[in-house]
Amino acid sequence: MPENLFKVNREEYMLPGNRACQGCGLSLSYRYVLKALRENTILTLPASCLTVLHGLYPTTSVVIPCLNCTFASTAASAAGLVAGLAATGKTDTTVVAVAGDGGTYDIGIQALSGAAERGTDFIFVCYDNEGYMNTGTQRSSATPMGALTTTTPILTKEQNKKDMLKIMEAHDIAYIATTSPAYPLDLYDKFVKAKRIKGTRYMQIHVPCPPGWGYPPRETVKLARLAIETGVFVLFEIENGKFRLTGRSKSLAEKGTRIPLTNYLERQDRFKKMSADQLSQLQKFVDNKWNEYLKKSAS
Amino acid sequence: MTMAEVQIMTGNTAAAIAAKLCQVQVVAAYPITPQTSITETLSQYIESGALKAEYVRVEGEHSALTVCISASTVGARAFTSTSSHGLLYMHEQLHWAAGSRLPIVMCCVNRGVGAPWSIFNDQQDSIAQRDTGWIQIYCRDNQEIIDTVIQSYRIAEEVYAPVMVCYDGFVLSHTMMPVSVPEAALVNSFLPPYKPHTFLSAENPRNINPVIFPHMRKNSAGVLCDGYMEMRYKLQKSLEKAKDTIIAVGMQYTKLTGRDYSELLWHYKTEDADIVLTGMGSIATEATVAVDQLRLQGIKAGVVGVRVFRPFPRIALQKALQGARAIFVLEKAISYGYEGALCSDIKAALYGTGISAPMHNYIAGLGGRDVKAREIAAAVETSLGEINNKKTHNKTVWINCRQ
Repeated sequence: MPENLFKVNREEYMLPGNRACQGCGLSLSYRYVLKALRENTILTLPASCLTVLHGLYPTTSVVIPCLNCTFASTAASAAGLVAGLAATGKTDTTVVAVAGDGGTYDIGIQALSGAAERGTDFIFVCYDNEGYMNTGTQRSSATPMGALTTTTPILTKEQNKKDMLKIMEAHDIAYIATTSPAYPLDLYDKFVKAKRIKGTRYMQIHVPCPPGWGYPPRETVKLARLAIETGVFVLFEIENGKFRLTGRSKSLAEKGTRIPLTNYLERQDRFKKMSADQLSQLQKFVDNKWNEYLKKSAS
Repeated sequence: MTMAEVQIMTGNTAAAIAAKLCQVQVVAAYPITPQTSITETLSQYIESGALKAEYVRVEGEHSALTVCISASTVGARAFTSTSSHGLLYMHEQLHWAAGSRLPIVMCCVNRGVGAPWSIFNDQQDSIAQRDTGWIQIYCRDNQEIIDTVIQSYRIAEEVYAPVMVCYDGFVLSHTMMPVSVPEAALVNSFLPPYKPHTFLSAENPRNINPVIFPHMRKNSAGVLCDGYMEMRYKLQKSLEKAKDTIIAVGMQYTKLTGRDYSELLWHYKTEDADIVLTGMGSIATEATVAVDQLRLQGIKAGVVGVRVFRPFPRIALQKALQGARAIFVLEKAISYGYEGALCSDIKAALYGTGISAPMHNYIAGLGGRDVKAREIAAAVETSLGEINNKKTHNKTVWINCRQ
C-alpha cells in the first residue's frame, strides 16, 4: 500500500456543513476520497445524492472544481474533460467521475463502457447505496434481492444484484478497487493508488443509506462493517488483471470467520418482508460470490 | 480579398474543411447517415496530423455532445455533427449545452425521422430542436456550408450560445459543387483562438451547473445571484442580440470573401415581386427555379429565403413580406396537429403589422420525396386561383402526396 495512517492528507476539501442526510455513508466516504485525490483534480457528477451534498447555487460545500452533467452522460463528461484538458495542454490534471449505482449500473452504463473501452485516462467512482436514493428509494439493478423499495413495495426486489465489478473487469481496465466507509484508510490508500495509475480506473464504494435502508443514522459504520463481515460486500483490488483481497476481507478469508447474512439483514427495515426462501437464495448468492473471490485470490 | 482555391466537393467535405480551418481542438461524433463522411474526413485530418485536435470516438450521440460540452467547459473549441435520430438522441444535451452557454458548433445534416426508418432528407430533425436555445442557420449550397461553419464559431464565441449549421442530407451532403475554400490565413485573421470568459480549471475550484432554486440566493459574500429565471432571461436576451452579431460577423466575412452574408434572409427576384415563396435550405433553392417558371406565366414571383431560423428574423421578414399579395411557405417538416413551424412563426411575425396577405403552407419533400420546381409552380398557380376567387386565405397543402 502506498501510504499509511500517519500520512493521511490533513487538508479538508469538504467544508463544514452539507446537505447530505444524517449518517450518510457517501458523506463519510467522500471526505477521504477527496483527501486522497487532493489538488489538481477535476470532478464531474450527474444528478445524484452527491449533487445534493454539493449544495445549492450559489454556494457549495466542497473545495474542488466540478462540473455537473446529465444522468446518462457521466463517463462521457469525464472523457470530454480529458480531451479538453489534453487539447489545451493540461495533461497532469486527474479527471474523476462520481456517480451513484443508478448512474453507474443503469442509466450511465453505456457511457461508462464506452469510456472504459477507449481506455480514457480517468477514475470512475461508483458510490453504491443500492437504490435510487436521491429520488426516494426506488429499485436499481444494484438493489439486493428481498429489499423493499418504493417501486418494489409489496413483493420486494425479486432479482439478485447485478455484478457491476465483473462487468468492469471484463473491460480489462488498469485498476479496479472496492472500498467501504467502515475502513477509511483502506479507502484512502486505494484512491491514492488510483490517482497514480494511468488509464481507466473503476472504484466502488459500498455506502449504507439510513433513510433508504431503514436503520438509525448512528449505525452507518456498523452496517458498512457488517456488509464486509458477512461477505455481502468484499474488499479487493484488481491491478493489471491481478486480483487481490484486501483489508478485512483478506483476513476473513484467511481465518474463515465470515458470519451469516442475517446479522446484516436484521438491522435494516428494507429486508423486513423478505421470505425464508429469499433469505436462503441471497445467502447462497453471497456464498457463491465469496467462493469465486477465494478462487480468484488463490490463482 | 485574398486568393481562394476553388475545389469541387460534397457538402460534408466542405463542413470538415471548415472545422479544420477553424482549428477545432476537440471533435466527438458518432456515425449516422448522411452525416458520416464528416466524421471520417475529420478522422483523416487528425490521424494524419493535418489537424491538431483530440478526436473522441464515442459510443453514441448523447456522449458526442457531452464530450463537446465538457471540453468546451475547460476551454477547448469543440465540434460535432449528426443527423436525424442522432440529433434526437442528443436532445437532452442540446438543452444542457445552451443552458451552459457554451460556444459549440454542430453540423446537422438534415434527414427525416422514424418511425418508419428513413435515411432520406427532410428537416424534421432540426425543426424539432427549435426550442433548445441553439442558434440555427440553414444553408443553400456547399459554399454556404463552409462559410457558415466558419462564421458560426465567431458568432457562438461572441454571444455564448451554441450554433447548429443545418443543411439538407444528400441534396447537399453528398452532392459535389464548386466551393471556394478560404485561405487559412484569412480564417485565422477572422476567427481568433477561443478565449472563454469562464472556464473550469484545477487551479480555480468552482461548481458549474449545480442545483438552482426558483428564487435568487445570496452567495457566501452576501451578493444576491441570479436564479433560474434570470439565467434563462439572459439566454433569451443573448439569442435576440445574436441577430446583430450574426449580421456584423456576416458583413465582416462578406468584406473578406466577397460573398454576401450581410442579412438573416436572402432574396431572389423580389424587387418587383408581389407573390413571395419562402423556405429554408434546398427547398428554397428549388423555389427559385419555380419562380423562373412562374415568371414565364406572367406571375411576378420571388423567393425570400430564411437563412437564420433561430433567432427568428421577425423584423427582416416583416420588411421582406410587406409588399406581398400572397405568401407561400415551403417546408420539409411539420408540427403535427397544426402546420409547418416556419409558417406559424411567419404568421406570428406579421401579427399586428397590417400585412394580412393570404398564406398557404406547402408541406413537401418529407422523407426524401422529390420536390420538383414544376410541382411547386403548379401548386402556386392552384393556390393563386383559389385566392383570386377568395376561396382560401389560410391553408396547408401537401405537395406530391397521395391524399
